Amino acid sequence: MSILVGRKTRLVVQGITGREGEFHTRQMLEYGTNVVAGVTPGKGGGWVAGVPVFDTVREAVEATEANCSIIYVPARFASDAMLEAADSGIRVVVCITEGIPVLDMIKVRAHLDCMDVRLIGPNCPGIITPEQAKVGIMPGHIHRPGSIGVVSRSGTLTYEVVHALSERGLGQSTAVGIGGDPIIGTDFIDVLRLFEDDPQTTQVVLIGEIGGTDEQRAAAFIARHMSKPVTAFVAGQTAPPGKRMGHAGAIIEGGEGTAGEKIAAFEAVGVRVARHPAEIADLVAELA
Amino acid sequence: MKLHEYQSKRLFARYGVPIPRGDVATTPEEARRIAARLDQRVVIKSQVLVGGRGKAGGIRLASDPDEAEEVADQILGMNIKGLTVKKVLVDEAADIATEIYLGIVIDRAQRRPVMMASAEGGVEIEEVARATPERIVRVTIDPFLGLQTYQGRELAFGIGLPKDLVRDFVKIAQGLYQAFVESDASLAEINPLVVTGQGKLLAVDGKVLLDDNALFRHFELAEMRDADTETLEEQEARRHGLSYVKLDGEIGCMVNGAGLAMATMDIIKLNGGEPANFLDIGGGAQSEKVAAALRIILSDANVKAVLFNIFGGITRCDEVARGILAALDEIGSDVPMVARLVGTNEEEGRRILAEAEMMTAPTLAEAAQKAVAAARGEV
Repeated sequence: MSILVGRKTRLVVQGITGREGEFHTRQMLEYGTNVVAGVTPGKGGGWVAGVPVFDTVREAVEATEANCSIIYVPARFASDAMLEAADSGIRVVVCITEGIPVLDMIKVRAHLDCMDVRLIGPNCPGIITPEQAKVGIMPGHIHRPGSIGVVSRSGTLTYEVVHALSERGLGQSTAVGIGGDPIIGTDFIDVLRLFEDDPQTTQVVLIGEIGGTDEQRAAAFIARHMSKPVTAFVAGQTAPPGKRMGHAGAIIEGGEGTAGEKIAAFEAVGVRVARHPAEIADLVAELA
Repeated sequence: MKLHEYQSKRLFARYGVPIPRGDVATTPEEARRIAARLDQRVVIKSQVLVGGRGKAGGIRLASDPDEAEEVADQILGMNIKGLTVKKVLVDEAADIATEIYLGIVIDRAQRRPVMMASAEGGVEIEEVARATPERIVRVTIDPFLGLQTYQGRELAFGIGLPKDLVRDFVKIAQGLYQAFVESDASLAEINPLVVTGQGKLLAVDGKVLLDDNALFRHFELAEMRDADTETLEEQEARRHGLSYVKLDGEIGCMVNGAGLAMATMDIIKLNGGEPANFLDIGGGAQSEKVAAALRIILSDANVKAVLFNIFGGITRCDEVARGILAALDEIGSDVPMVARLVGTNEEEGRRILAEAEMMTAPTLAEAAQKAVAAARGEV
């Protein structure tokens, strides 16, 4: 078992003929992901890396029974791409694209909330279930199969943590990058719930950062609903208020969303919080 | 991106929000002409993108054109929290009976725009939220339906507005919401919304924050950007697609990825140092981009050491290494540097740097320790 993606994943790549789309399609195929189709409007009938290209997601789903989509299209077309995937019957949609306007995301999320669709991202590295499926842009080789569930708002910081876990022989069930935007499709609580229900996962690592209150709500959820141990890290203790730290969602606003208050929320419910990324693996190893 | 007060109010006015008569002046003479045209008592307001203009003496009344010229002369060129006043807004002075707050923000937890009103106008809403949260009335807006008339009424009655002003208030609330949505704002605020002695509503001050990610479809708004709010380094960073925030410490950092960049700053602090900046070079950083980033970091005289932390996913370590060396060749700095490269082509990247006799470290913790030691001159 694992969550969200695995051997049954049949992936369609939206924006497959673009530079990023094509590069990562090859990387995902090399990792062993079952990429069954690509979509680029107007490029239907072509092929990329041995994958058939369609004009619409609907055609791709009808022809290939794709059940998962990954989106590499530019920001101004990404909302449309997410809605197209959801409305075409795709149940797991992963949006890598960064820079989508917030008001667009509010509408996309409101629409998807009425459907049985799980959107991951946007502005995220994707999802990987080691040795089964990589649906994202992360370096596959640093991952090892195992029982640690990883959920993070960040990209490279997640690689850093996964790398440290793997080096210590602590493999991962699934690693999910939920994205660094203020409005995202799936938050910490959604993924924690999936890990809690996943028999393969024995522990969870949660990587948060400044901005918003998602970590605080995760802490409350952990206190009430998680039987599996959670180890957390919160980036941005040295971040000044009012400044956006790279991610659109990483900003302390009106004095709210500081690393300090998030760490306090975790510690108050008994979640162990690492002081730096490498310490996460130490804390996880103690319980493994 | 922030809009100035005069830009915000003009935007609101396009959506039917009543604002005072007035105009912008860049010289005292212009201020005099505007005051003469208005032919009544005026308020001269510095247009700088920081809070607390009033307290700093950047907002003052003038009773006639002569005084307007004199006051404008004092305010123009004034330094308010590090920003030089280049423009003043000369508005007719409102006859203020009471002050209301009306604003819209995006509530991240609810994933909806939320409109707030309070009878406690004229002070920062954060302050009201801390001191008297019960005095703020909120309505959550459905993104597909927009602000409904009844929601406007809920706000109006909720703050105890006189009955005969409710209709006008609802129109203003709907105008503000339209302005918010159609300009892709993340905040739109009228503070204060004034009830005048004549019993009319008037938006005396306005504030708008725009979503930078949506500026591609708002050329007219994008052109209003005031370059003064960014340091030269921040402007340079934006031109190169780098995410940069200057801080006060002594250790410059160049990192790929925002989360890792923050974690790198944090670990510097944990090891007894202070980060000089946040800098995310993003994915697939080419030599020119790395060079630009290094120039920006080294332009800060406080920087005593530089820490590179690159975890290669999309970014290739050998490319980063070449970028660092190319930039160093060009800049010729003797600031000590520590590099930690992991991921795609890391051996090649380390080899390139080792040949150039740069300090390297296998882990982030060690790299941070070395950088802190180097900044203290201990290496």
